Amino acid sequence: MPLPSAATEFTVADARQALRSGKISAVELARASLQAMAAARPLNAFVTETPEHALAMAAESDRRIAADEPRPLEGIPLAIKDLFCTKGVRTTAGSRILEDFIPPYESSVTQNLWDCGAVLLGKTNMDEFAMGSSNETSHFGPVVNPWRARDSNQNVVPGGSSGGSAAAVAARLCPAATGTDTGGSIRQPAAVSGIVGLKPTYGRCSRRGIVAFASSLDQAGPMTRSVRDAAILLNAMAGMDSRDSTCVDLPVPDHEKGIEQGVRGLRVGVPREYRIEGAPPEIDALWAKGAEWLRSQGAEIVDISLPHTRHALPVYYIVAPAEASSNLARYDGVRYGRRASGARDVMELYERSRAEGFGAEVRRRILIGTYVLSAGYYDANYVRAQKVRTLIARDFDEAFERCDVLLTPSTPGPAFALGAKSHDPVSMYLNDVFTVTVNLAGLPAISVPAGLTKTGLPLGLQVIGRAFEEPIVLRAAHAIEQAADFAARPNRWWDAG
Amino acid sequence: MSVDEKTVRHIARLARIALSDEQVAPMADELNGILGWIEQLKDVDVSGVPPLTSVVAQRLRMREDIVTEGDEAEALMSNAPQAEDRFFVVPKVVE
Repeated sequence: MPLPSAATEFTVADARQALRSGKISAVELARASLQAMAAARPLNAFVTETPEHALAMAAESDRRIAADEPRPLEGIPLAIKDLFCTKGVRTTAGSRILEDFIPPYESSVTQNLWDCGAVLLGKTNMDEFAMGSSNETSHFGPVVNPWRARDSNQNVVPGGSSGGSAAAVAARLCPAATGTDTGGSIRQPAAVSGIVGLKPTYGRCSRRGIVAFASSLDQAGPMTRSVRDAAILLNAMAGMDSRDSTCVDLPVPDHEKGIEQGVRGLRVGVPREYRIEGAPPEIDALWAKGAEWLRSQGAEIVDISLPHTRHALPVYYIVAPAEASSNLARYDGVRYGRRASGARDVMELYERSRAEGFGAEVRRRILIGTYVLSAGYYDANYVRAQKVRTLIARDFDEAFERCDVLLTPSTPGPAFALGAKSHDPVSMYLNDVFTVTVNLAGLPAISVPAGLTKTGLPLGLQVIGRAFEEPIVLRAAHAIEQAADFAARPNRWWDAG
Repeated sequence: MSVDEKTVRHIARLARIALSDEQVAPMADELNGILGWIEQLKDVDVSGVPPLTSVVAQRLRMREDIVTEGDEAEALMSNAPQAEDRFFVVPKVVE
């Protein structure tokens, strides 16, 4: 494959080839991204740009390449979701309470990426503490999706919570970015921004140094423009970490190997409960097309039932806020983070620091979580939700006796207008209806761009696999990618003036 | 499952989040909107079903009982909103 003419068009695989063959230097590649980022500030994709880090890391990569000692991601520029602690670089989690927080340590996943030679471009905007599906809850303002409906000047959301990462990759500001996914926060923004987003199996990537939201659900993953790139990044991000007790001690396979093997003989389950009333007909049509693509490449399509699917969102909105209310108790205005001024006693200091520091959605979820965990309600709410969660996980276990992967739509619809859903929490939560089940069961899943709506906005298809079967998920995703041949791209409206 | 204003004040206190008097009623409405939607879980038969405790079957690992990090007071204090001589400063707690 010939390389694209502009460096900002490079995928990770292209950039790897161009750097190693000397067609471009890492510093030139970083500069191209930094220039694209500066021109795209109307998207508000970055909270913090780090040009000095980028150029210094890229110069080191050029030295390594010149010495013929490149590491796996040598010189690849990346955007990092502002939920990953980066040593010496402000990490906000999209929140006012952390607006001046400079971590004295590095998250394990980003450390893995730097150890592989990747280059930090900046920290991407996100919903506050990853709580949101549209990137509108960020203290630093909403991110704008680079895509717009055909012949429209209306801004649409990039999805969330990893909305800045999705917008940055879709707008060609960087070849790849990191995200985190607690209920769909990698896959949902990837789908509505026309890129690939992979949520690995729970425990595949370390959570150490990622600002915690819901610890039994959170997982880091890559956001890229190709399935191969997602595999390349996962290779670097994954791995055992003694400082995360839930990180698994299993060897990391080479995820890039074998993605082209095809789907002949693969059993692809189509879960009938994912057909929901009121979803646009385009979603069902794309789903059927996806199944046909895989069938025509030799896969066997299997009708599957996941009977407890409809309970997943309510379970999530008990479990996630419960864990969040506990995790976010650490923000007390004393040890780090924003402190309210003029408090007369310690209780007032806590209460006012937290009231001023957290936005409306975060306050709401902390209160929900506190309520469902409080004395007298714990068994009826939290324990019951964890029981239903067992039933949801069993649904998948039973399904995977009859199929190897599941194929579903990624989202119930395309990107919507800014502000369209921000006044109704429950309608916002429904954006994650197809993604949240996977987090509850800890499974790996990927969203692949698969087509456009009539109005020209991207839609994705989701492939779900058994725990630690990312290689099979990636193989099926690659087959969809080949068949979909998704070549559409946002026009660069933000670059016009 | 619904909350009244008294309960909202109670859980806001437990969560250490100040709510002004004007914020209490709207917050009760918002929480009831969400809790009413969650309530559908009451209809699920969970008899004999154990609560899920871990999505990936694994045992907690033991590690060697040795000091791996520490003596990093400066780094730990570097983000303190108010500090003096490696102490966090808070309003007077004991009269």
